[in-house]
Amino acid sequence: MLEIRELTVDVAGRCVLNDVNMIIQEGEAHVLLGPNGSGKTTLLLSILGFPRYEVKEGEIIFKGEDITDLHTSERVKRGIGISFQNPPVIKGVNLGSMVNICMGEKTDEITEKTLELAGKMNLSEEFLKRDVNFGFSGGEVKRSEILQLIAQHSDFAMLDEPDSGVDIENMELIGKMIGELLQRDYLPSKRKRMGLIITHLATILDYIHADRAHVMLNGRIVCSGVPEEILSGIKKNGYEGCMRLCQK
Amino acid sequence: MPKIDLEKYSMKSEEHEPSELSQFKENRDDLSEIGYEIDEKERSGSYFQLDHSVLSSTSGQEGIEISTTTDALKKYDWLRDYWWNAVSPDKDEYTKQVDLRQTQGYFIHLLPGVKAEFPVQSCLLISQENIAQNVHNIIIAEEGSEVHIITGCSASHGVNSALHLGVSEIYVKKNAKLTFTMIHLWGPEIVVRPRTGIFIEENGTFTSNYVCMNPVKDLQMSPTAYCDKNARATFQTIIYASKDSKMDLGSNVFLKGDGSRAEIISRVIARDNSEVISRGDIIGKGRDVRGHLECRGLMLSNHAKIHAIPELEAETAEADLSHEAAVGRISEEEIEYLTSRGLDEEEAASVIVRGFLNVDIEGLPKELDGEIKKKIEMSAAVM
Repeated sequence: MLEIRELTVDVAGRCVLNDVNMIIQEGEAHVLLGPNGSGKTTLLLSILGFPRYEVKEGEIIFKGEDITDLHTSERVKRGIGISFQNPPVIKGVNLGSMVNICMGEKTDEITEKTLELAGKMNLSEEFLKRDVNFGFSGGEVKRSEILQLIAQHSDFAMLDEPDSGVDIENMELIGKMIGELLQRDYLPSKRKRMGLIITHLATILDYIHADRAHVMLNGRIVCSGVPEEILSGIKKNGYEGCMRLCQK
Repeated sequence: MPKIDLEKYSMKSEEHEPSELSQFKENRDDLSEIGYEIDEKERSGSYFQLDHSVLSSTSGQEGIEISTTTDALKKYDWLRDYWWNAVSPDKDEYTKQVDLRQTQGYFIHLLPGVKAEFPVQSCLLISQENIAQNVHNIIIAEEGSEVHIITGCSASHGVNSALHLGVSEIYVKKNAKLTFTMIHLWGPEIVVRPRTGIFIEENGTFTSNYVCMNPVKDLQMSPTAYCDKNARATFQTIIYASKDSKMDLGSNVFLKGDGSRAEIISRVIARDNSEVISRGDIIGKGRDVRGHLECRGLMLSNHAKIHAIPELEAETAEADLSHEAAVGRISEEEIEYLTSRGLDEEEAASVIVRGFLNVDIEGLPKELDGEIKKKIEMSAAVM
């Protein structure tokens, strides 16, 4: 279980998350909705523990342990993983090596296992030899990120807009793979993995039937509920309208 | 760079006998660090100079001549046409010094059409305290020949002061292909001034790989390649400057022939109190010439200095020249990305440094490739 209690976070002295509460139970997939700049990515990176996200108040409890003060790499070792929206290029480090790092293997050679995983994401051996994120198309970035996330075997996977800039054909592949990663093909009672997905388009929800949706506005979670209801609420009344209805 | 007092260094060297070569068999690892295979196995030729004495100049393949330049000049009158032709003796005080007080140097000659099966190796080693080693080398790859020359230059452990001046004149004839890999492993008190000129004839290809990962007191070099029609020149430089090293390095390509091409790639890491000037200059004069210069520096210390000076000079509207230069520290974003995959910050920095220095050098013998990778690994680990 992941529990976020009254989390308030500053970046460069400015409050960007304000009293955020969220509980994701084992086996659940949640979606995070909200306009640009509302704090969705900030929440993910705060859970991940990047240094510039300064926790002013509250705590993050993961599998019963308070991880609020842990270094990112320690949180990752405990089973938290992420697929970034705009990952950086690292020159001279190829995707294959990144996948090996994700699997905790200390080799630059492309292994059978890496090849097999890449094959599932429709990525070739040639592609694994390319510098990570260098000249990748929108869809390739997403597939490379999800490949790394799968390689990590995380118990809790965070995905930042896995469906943006992806064409229809790749959307299906990405949707299917995220579904597999989050064990959505298992019976609900058998699912162990947890997920938190940021999406604007909600296309991904055609593939992953999420358990719960949250709406963020100005660094606060203003509304939570059944994904389909929340989405139709947003479509009809906009984010602000959705918030007003929720808080009635 | 500071002026060097040439008189400070001794021109007198004790004579070394070829039999002394065997003593290096015990320290073969030291030599393999600079790419020299002491047993001369899988080498198409070898040249070994210790201080002022030549201990080996052996050809391992028909059509490949290896000797000292002094002997070659006695043997071949025509060699006079190549002598001080790609480098001028009046270039500076160091070339003048080599002209006046030369202490050997190698002559490597590939006859027309000869393709070396293995690399040709050379080692220029300094073992005597306070000595000046002034070599003058000539390489001629005749029409259609192909070779990879690996040259390692080093000073023995414990040499606290020495000067290496090296003039190298390289001739790549029509359709010939020459790869020149130079590994420098000096020491914190050694002063080095190589002077190199390269002529590349029509359709010739010249590739230079230069690797220097150990401290040096003061090193300055700026080889210049002159390209004829459709010739290609590539310079790849990998520098890891540490301690109080001072280096002024550059590569220059003069694209005078139509359709000629140049690529200059350099990766410089500066740590401790080191200072590196990283230059590159491409001059486009011929029609339809193309050149690209990539100059990247990574700063690992607040006391180090990198000065990147990429230059492009077009002398015709048909030249297509470009450059990218970037100097900076390790990016926070890249560190974070790697920590999000489970590495701690130190491990992440090592991966980034290793990646930064990861320049592909084609055709390296396996052991040397391993040595270079090992050095990169070590430097990345001592972050």
